[in-house]
Amino acid sequence: MVRAIGAQEIAPTRHAWAIEATALKVKAGRHLAVDGLDLALGTGVHGLLGPNGAGKSTLMRALATVVRPNGGTLRLLGTDAARTRELRRTRGRLGYLPQQFGYYPRFTVRDYVEYMAWLREMPASAVPAAAQRAIERVRLADRADKRLKSLSGGMLRRAGIAQAIVNEPDLLLLDEPTVGLDPEQRVEFRELIRELGTEACVLVSTHLVEDVVAACSDVVLMDLGKLVHQGVPADLVRLGENGGVGDSPAERGYSYLLAQHRGGAR
Amino acid sequence: MTAHVPPAALAAYAGGEPALDDAAIWTLEAHLDGCAHCRGRLADLAPPPLADLLGEARTAILQEARTGPRPVARRRFRRWFLRWTDWSLLAWIVTTSVAILAAFLLDRNFPDRPSTVLLIAPVAPLAGLAVAWSRRANPNWELIAGTSRAGVELLLRRSLTVLAMVFPLLAAAGVGLGRNPALWLLPCLTFTGATLLLGGRVGVPTAAGLLSGGWLLTVLAATWFRDEPTVVDSLLRFETMPGWAAAALILAVTAVLRADDLRGPAHWR
Repeated sequence: MVRAIGAQEIAPTRHAWAIEATALKVKAGRHLAVDGLDLALGTGVHGLLGPNGAGKSTLMRALATVVRPNGGTLRLLGTDAARTRELRRTRGRLGYLPQQFGYYPRFTVRDYVEYMAWLREMPASAVPAAAQRAIERVRLADRADKRLKSLSGGMLRRAGIAQAIVNEPDLLLLDEPTVGLDPEQRVEFRELIRELGTEACVLVSTHLVEDVVAACSDVVLMDLGKLVHQGVPADLVRLGENGGVGDSPAERGYSYLLAQHRGGAR
Repeated sequence: MTAHVPPAALAAYAGGEPALDDAAIWTLEAHLDGCAHCRGRLADLAPPPLADLLGEARTAILQEARTGPRPVARRRFRRWFLRWTDWSLLAWIVTTSVAILAAFLLDRNFPDRPSTVLLIAPVAPLAGLAVAWSRRANPNWELIAGTSRAGVELLLRRSLTVLAMVFPLLAAAGVGLGRNPALWLLPCLTFTGATLLLGGRVGVPTAAGLLSGGWLLTVLAATWFRDEPTVVDSLLRFETMPGWAAAALILAVTAVLRADDLRGPAHWR
């Protein structure tokens, strides 16, 4: 029969931005890692760039509702992240790949992805098919029933991406997803996030400028917990003409922006 | 669907007639979707090239089904097991069993001394609760903490699992020592409720440490400094049980009502 379209599927979104942060402050331990960040991100693939210690991972954790912001406001998919009562629904529409993701060594890839789908409250009947689809999308179908501890670093990373996309999230947060992937897999990964970014807000934290230029529609650059620049990847390439260190125009643009920001901050 | 597709329209559709417009095709296909009879008639009307193509596709699909990956068997038990337990609980269950066994042997061999089983029994499940919400013991905490079920549901599942593992051990120890196990199972529930309630504020592992440390220190201090070796026995006897039961009930209900606290990220330590 013709498939019925549910009211939920065609309901308009009631929020302008998937991520909306104003004067956001987040602590990592005692150190204020995100210090007064203003950010508004909608549908598309956004690359989060910054040097080590810029507060990228802490920001990602706050966006994934794993740590509580210490100041400012944060709205995720239109709901205030500080209201724990409403977190449950928001979290079901979230996908998150942490930088260091732990796993139980005896889980198989399928166990792991199904477990995460279940934790995100997918309907039980949809879980097996969704898990299989997610595993196929990251090209791990031939290893689906192997133990996680038998996988190589790159495969583990792909299993992590599979669990993040299994519930087809509206807000997908990937922290350093390309670490350990070989060049071919990185190209496949970029294709995957471009595809996901047509319907969802995808935020990819990385320090590889080339990944951002190749796959992202938008670049967010942060340093020492503050927003330095937000624009399109072409901006980076254009700014690279002004000088800066690096091997490609985008890298030169990146270091130019950072140097400008640090010069201005002094 | 009472009326079937007229033969002329069906023949035009099968032959790929260009005169059929989108609206006509749409109505026809909507009918075909639900009507096996008309699909059968359509198959007879299909021109030879199309029939050959469909035949080849059928052979290819059957071939793929024979040689492709086998469907994955449903593993209901495994799935159920993974959802109710937590990997990090395995180390804890071993430690707690050894502790209860050691206490049992001590009581057995030195029956005239204050009971060690009675001393550790009320706080035996707390270590399990601490482990289930520990950042160090649970490698997957960062992912679990950010999911929808991290809250009331995981709280109830983890607590029930921990209690279900501890209760039989304690009951067996009680029977072996000739004491009534109910004497310490109720305090067990009280301490569990208190841990979960306090855990929403300061983190479950911290709350478990504070409460079990507080209990052990109080009892030991009373035993050694005020020379009252029977302090545990006087706290855990039939006369005090209604008090423990009331406290357990109140704490458990409050903990569930305040479960939103546990949904926030702060209870992982």
